[in-house]
Amino acid sequence: MSVSINHPGEGVALRVHGLSKCFAGATHPVWSDVSFDIPQGQRVAIIGGNGAGKSTLLRCCMRLIEPDTGEVYFGNHNISGLRGQALSRVRSRVGFIFQKHNLVNRLSVLTNVLHGGMAWARTPRMWFQGIAACEHREYALHCLEQVKLAHLSKQLAGELSGGQSQRVAIARALMQKPDMIFADEPVASLDPQAGEDVMQVFSNLAHTQSLTLVFVTHHLEHAVRYADRVLGLQNFGLSLDAASHSLSASQLRGMYD
Amino acid sequence: MTEKSPVNLPARFERPSPGSLLAFLAFVALLAWSISAAGISVSELLTGLPNMAKIASEMMPPATDRLQPMMYSVWVTFQMALVGTVIGIGISLPLAVLMSRNYTPHQVVRAFIRSLVSFIRTIPDLAWALFFVASVGLGPFAGTLTLVMDTIGFCARFFAESIEEVEEGPPEALAAIGASKLSVILCAILPMSMPSLINTGLFALEKAVRSSVVLGLVGAGGIGAELATSMELFRFDQAATIILMIFLLVLGVEKVSSRARTSLLKKRQ
Repeated sequence: MSVSINHPGEGVALRVHGLSKCFAGATHPVWSDVSFDIPQGQRVAIIGGNGAGKSTLLRCCMRLIEPDTGEVYFGNHNISGLRGQALSRVRSRVGFIFQKHNLVNRLSVLTNVLHGGMAWARTPRMWFQGIAACEHREYALHCLEQVKLAHLSKQLAGELSGGQSQRVAIARALMQKPDMIFADEPVASLDPQAGEDVMQVFSNLAHTQSLTLVFVTHHLEHAVRYADRVLGLQNFGLSLDAASHSLSASQLRGMYD
Repeated sequence: MTEKSPVNLPARFERPSPGSLLAFLAFVALLAWSISAAGISVSELLTGLPNMAKIASEMMPPATDRLQPMMYSVWVTFQMALVGTVIGIGISLPLAVLMSRNYTPHQVVRAFIRSLVSFIRTIPDLAWALFFVASVGLGPFAGTLTLVMDTIGFCARFFAESIEEVEEGPPEALAAIGASKLSVILCAILPMSMPSLINTGLFALEKAVRSSVVLGLVGAGGIGAELATSMELFRFDQAATIILMIFLLVLGVEKVSSRARTSLLKKRQ
């Protein structure tokens, strides 16, 4: 695996270099010395068994969890030493989709989407759709249109189905005008059809908007169908890094042995 | 007949440990001592019964000669409770955020605010009322200030617990977007804890209405002052009217707040 301490060159969306994490009290690290580069516009699936540290890896990349060692670059920004506003600014360029959509159930769908705009407009008018600027409300509705849920904008988020909620979460991420989307098991809580719909939305958006997409999944067929590249975590480290078209189902299943 | 199991049946009752037995005996001794200190006397109760009957009979029929000023006092009592509760809730919300485990800016701030709220809570409302009457003079303002303190002591603690119980996901999602801490609190924490806040706020209002009745007894305004005067003048018929009005006020507020609670919570489900 290539190891460089230089800033990533042009066209690299994400560089992870020598990342390690061990939780307090654990006998083993979650993983250690993980390094990889992700070029702009690439779709990457991260797979691995339960406890392999897939979600932890995504969170460490965003510094929602602090890694013990290593560096993470978004474009040319090394986020390892950033604090406060500077860290928020870099984070705001990444849309993060969680396994449990994490919408505020008691607020309307439009307000939830609008919250994504706090990434680039730090104004109290982004707090609720009732006080938001017209152009921001319209952009939020446009984001909802992209996930085909504009007709539900007035509804409370808590009244949506699991699949609809996840699509609203994607609309909220789009509202951020992100360079990259991280998705942590985005279809784990959905039925197969809703899961397929959500992955289709991701795939279309990645193509049409040239977004870099990194998603964690247990669905090996999703990894092969919707990703250009698959990273596998096993035995406390990165044990697979290959183009998805070159992988067979049995190779992928081997990650779970 | 079933065959006898090789394992013995457990005893019907477990023998208490020496520690539990000692604690139980200590409790019984304390209770016996407290009964003697409380001055409980069946003979005094029996001699007092005719007096009680006499007062009760003098209460009937309730007087209607001072109905208008009494109704005004009841209305002032309710207004004191309403204003005291609303101001108290307004102060409790930021205090609750500062004293919550997950959103305090610093553990020292948390410890300080927690101690302050505990201090406010442990002082009885009558003591607060006496303090404010001495500070700002007789009247409803002293009562309202007392109710503000009472509401802070009650609400800040429960609001903080509600904030601590909020599911972590949505706040984490907003933090990941890059939202400021204030935005996370206003856009995720408060809406998510709203059912609990509404519940606590309405209970605080009911509690304030009940407290505000008593505050008048020490000169802090409201219907309590009317009640104290009637009792001192042995106008038990007027006292009966006031007690009836207090009953209707407390019952009315409880009914309305219960309806409001149900409808507000249902609407936001």
